[in-house]
Amino acid sequence: MKTERIAAIVGVAEADLGVLPGSNVLQLQAQAAKRALDDAGFTKDDVEALFTAGNWAQFPNLMLGEYLGITPKYTDSTNIGGSSFESHVAHALTGIKAGLFDVALITYGSTNRSNPYPFLKELTLRYEEPFGLPTPIGHYAMAAMRHMHQYGTTSEQLAEIAVATRKWAMLNEKAFMRKPLTIDEVLNSPMISEPLHLLDCCLINDGGGAVVVASARAAARAKTRPIWVLGHGETHTHNSVAQMPDLTVTGARESGKRAMEMAGVTHDEIDVVEVYDSFTITVLLTLESLGFCKPGEGGDFVSGQRTAPGGDFPLNTNGGGLSYCHPGMYGIFLIIEAVRQLREECGERQVRDAKIALVNGTGGTLSSTSTLVLGRD
Amino acid sequence: MSVKRPMPLVDSDNKTFWEGVKNQKLIIQHCDDCGKHIFYPRYLCPHCFSEKVSWIEASGKGRIYSYTVVHRNAPPFKEETPYVVAIVLLEEGVRIVSRIKGEREKVKIDAPVFVVFERIDEELTLPYFELT
Repeated sequence: MKTERIAAIVGVAEADLGVLPGSNVLQLQAQAAKRALDDAGFTKDDVEALFTAGNWAQFPNLMLGEYLGITPKYTDSTNIGGSSFESHVAHALTGIKAGLFDVALITYGSTNRSNPYPFLKELTLRYEEPFGLPTPIGHYAMAAMRHMHQYGTTSEQLAEIAVATRKWAMLNEKAFMRKPLTIDEVLNSPMISEPLHLLDCCLINDGGGAVVVASARAAARAKTRPIWVLGHGETHTHNSVAQMPDLTVTGARESGKRAMEMAGVTHDEIDVVEVYDSFTITVLLTLESLGFCKPGEGGDFVSGQRTAPGGDFPLNTNGGGLSYCHPGMYGIFLIIEAVRQLREECGERQVRDAKIALVNGTGGTLSSTSTLVLGRD
Repeated sequence: MSVKRPMPLVDSDNKTFWEGVKNQKLIIQHCDDCGKHIFYPRYLCPHCFSEKVSWIEASGKGRIYSYTVVHRNAPPFKEETPYVVAIVLLEEGVRIVSRIKGEREKVKIDAPVFVVFERIDEELTLPYFELT
């Protein structure tokens, strides 16, 4: 037997079993989680990593985390069928070995007998859907409204982001929208969900992407110059924006901090920034949460086309989800663009001498964030 | 073809809440261990993981935490646009998504509101809020 001891299973429990009409998958997982933590002598505050698998929600970890009141710093919903949970233990081992966390909670719940066909739009979403809150835009709109109320942020400032992003798209031949855009055009575009206009919203198109990650050993035989993963952080704070702790602060405050600490870089050392721009407000909240400016200063920060080509803060240099492409889960394109910038392959839109990039994905309705710091030799 | 409004999904977590709404009462959970209120209803307290959660009738008073005026949406809500959806912060400290009835121009963040019960059809009643 190997003598190295890295991770141990210290708590186990079942939820109620049998025929449970009226139960739901969230409460069964809560019950099991509570009992397993009790078994270990731990509390929910010990949990740093959250694992679940199931087809009962579009984003099971976000809904379960919200239900349980758990904001993890590591999260994994790998679903490979009935063997998922053995893989969750293995992935927990990997994370513990890497020093990313100490305690993981793995849960499962199903009402396969009493309610065999769960629909993705059920469960906690049913506290909102009957009221006609449009998803996702209504959620983002309420975050924008709150930011405007607290800090006096304006629609013009949000429009600055759309216009600057379009300027980058005009330098990218793969971008979907390449016509020049003005602030007035954004403000005069149809109102969708106040205060967000049509041109505050990302595109909807088709597309795909892929990324190859290699060990240092394998990278040595790749034909490209390696772009190193220097740091990472992730979290989720809620599923629905109604449960978001503060509508003006995203999880990037935590995930960004952890990624930069892991990479050992400061804000001043970052040369290019790629952040998820599902809506203009997403960008503003993300810049503040990442600490590039103080809470409430995002509007001023993006004013005067500061993030456009030639400005002193190169942001979303491919033209973003707002003007380049957005097939629905845009995060992979942030990585692709950051890598190209660091490889200096970007032609007209190349940020000169870019050595370190920060990438921040946002998922759900401002629910999850995952931050990477990438760098070249 | 008319599209039906999404109906609440009643289960053992939330049966008391939806029955309350039907009887024109806003009933939320209270944690008997940490003393905090809870909404939406859960099997255990998301603040302290206690299973000692009980039900109380909320005061019905709250303030608008944030809102949006919806101009575009798919059926069945399309015909109701523009309308106001808000996050209401109840006096008890929990947030609930709802509609705000009344003059749109007077809807503001922090405006005080009070619960009213809106009969949508014979099957569905929902807790809406009105400016006070």
